[in-house]
Amino acid sequence: MSKDVLVVKDLNMHYETLSGDVSAVKNVSFTVKEGESFGLVGESGCGKTSVAMSLLQLQADNAKISSGSIKLDGIEMVGMSESELRKVRWDGISIVFQGAMNAWNPVVKVGEQIREAIREHYPNNTKIQNTEKIESLFKMVGLDSTIMDRFPHELSGGMKQRAVIALALSCDPKVVIADEPTTALDVVIQDQILKEIKKVQELLGLSLIYISHDIAVIAEMTDKMAVMYAGSIVEKGPTSEIFANPQHSYTKSLLASTPSVVGDKVKLNSLEGEPPSLIDQIEGCSFAPRCPNRNTTCHPELDMELVEVGPDHFVDICSASRN
Amino acid sequence: MKKNVIEVKNLEKYFEVSGGFFSRKKATVKAVDDITFEIPFGESLGLVGQSGCGKTTTARALCLLDPKTGGEVSFYNNEKSEMESIDELEGEELKKFRRNIQMIFQDPYESLNPRWTIKDIILEPLNIHNIGDLDEREEAVAEILQTVGLTPPENYMPRYPHELSGGQRQRVSIARTLIMKPKFVVCDEPTSMLDVSIRISIMDLMLNLAKDLEVSYLYITHDLAVARYMCNRIAVMFNGKIVEIAETEELLNNPVHPYTKRLISSIPVPDPTYDRKVYDINFDELDSLIEKHGSDSPMIDIGNQHYVATHDVKGLI
Repeated sequence: MSKDVLVVKDLNMHYETLSGDVSAVKNVSFTVKEGESFGLVGESGCGKTSVAMSLLQLQADNAKISSGSIKLDGIEMVGMSESELRKVRWDGISIVFQGAMNAWNPVVKVGEQIREAIREHYPNNTKIQNTEKIESLFKMVGLDSTIMDRFPHELSGGMKQRAVIALALSCDPKVVIADEPTTALDVVIQDQILKEIKKVQELLGLSLIYISHDIAVIAEMTDKMAVMYAGSIVEKGPTSEIFANPQHSYTKSLLASTPSVVGDKVKLNSLEGEPPSLIDQIEGCSFAPRCPNRNTTCHPELDMELVEVGPDHFVDICSASRN
Repeated sequence: MKKNVIEVKNLEKYFEVSGGFFSRKKATVKAVDDITFEIPFGESLGLVGQSGCGKTTTARALCLLDPKTGGEVSFYNNEKSEMESIDELEGEELKKFRRNIQMIFQDPYESLNPRWTIKDIILEPLNIHNIGDLDEREEAVAEILQTVGLTPPENYMPRYPHELSGGQRQRVSIARTLIMKPKFVVCDEPTSMLDVSIRISIMDLMLNLAKDLEVSYLYITHDLAVARYMCNRIAVMFNGKIVEIAETEELLNNPVHPYTKRLISSIPVPDPTYDRKVYDINFDELDSLIEKHGSDSPMIDIGNQHYVATHDVKGLI
């Protein structure tokens, strides 16, 4: 049995804005084991990236973690000082950011930017050691070592994204967060990058948190997954189990609205309405206003809470009570 | 024999680019090179390919937004009941043509004027083409808003684009396009900016409208799964040329061209138990087909209305 690397418990995060507090992350709990890939899926604005930023505590100035705990290898990260956090970032948890284009400093060579990260965490390494390290990282993600001396604008989108992955791996982290690493890329390049991430993850035995709005990508990339809606996790469990036996109405809607190139051509179902504004306090089930499966056995007034419906398979109480 | 709403023959769009700052040499970028297809009334063609392969350039050339540099585009003229080349159109005729061919753009956040109300935006084409009097125009706007699912229309008419969500904005774009009752609409990735749950409702809306109003679409997308949902036929584009064109299911089940195979095998499948079919990139099948049919023509017919290109792409894929 592999051990738990990252344990997130009852995490709450809100943004303080002029018009009030926006609760972006509400009571989010999940566990990622060693060598496991965990998917986080949901619509834009559901809080996926806010969760990622809270894990690294790179969130914007107006964002506050109000309660909860994030334990990496048993060490509590909430409440750490900035200097302690600097040691954990990249060493413990690193992130592959969303837009490869925006992740690089345009006037510094790609290799130098990776070197900077390694130097910060391994100050005693020699220059040659670092160069070798970068060369091996580039080899791992399928880049030529000459790319080191190129500027970001000289690289294609796919190459930049590969280099961002190399950067994320540069300090041998235990957990890598991939925040929509392929959204700005073409389907063919996306496929290559996904294979690369999978290969590296298996090779190094990394724990991966994969964030995406595309449920097809989550299906291929992850062992376990959680579905987020309006800041909360509404269903989580083993990926194969959730696809085979979805319990929450929102999960079902997501699955029913994803077109596929294989299998019979099926009529897809859309979801009416829009996600609620997170500025208002939502009582009870946040999905109830859009829920296509509401009936008399529903209890939308119950506060959101995950209950176990199968082995390691949790779903929000409102949907659980109906099924 | 079905009547075609549009026929495109050997369409070319070349761009001249200078070789360098001091250089007088000009290089030519063949963004769209020798493209041929036709779309029958009421049917939709998907144009699929990687970014930069010339999908959008083709669309803009068809809509006369950018002049083509070669080839022929003909459009069915209802009054004369015959195909008519768009090169010969002038004045009133050209205006009439523009009424019949419309475009929906990719980004609903950028394609609507932020300072105009929804009513103004949808009213504009009617004003330009001087259709009906003021009351009739307003009535038409209310009606089309209802058709695209923005009800009640009087709630939406005085609002501005920033007050609407992405899905609602794309509905406004569709309303603006359809108020001219076009026969042919070019859709340039209309759902790629939208969220998954909203995407299907826009796609369903477009399919229903196609049926009710007898509109044909040229649907541009990089996502084969979306093209499958929307289109009767799919054309795969690569490097400015169409490499394969066939009925949707035929193309997905029996792809012949190595690029099509590669495109199909790179689409993730929303089923964790499914092992994606990985096609090898080899040209054997294509080569033997070319040998059998002869390589004189740019496209060969391999039966079932399935056409595949013969030009050499080895080394490019």
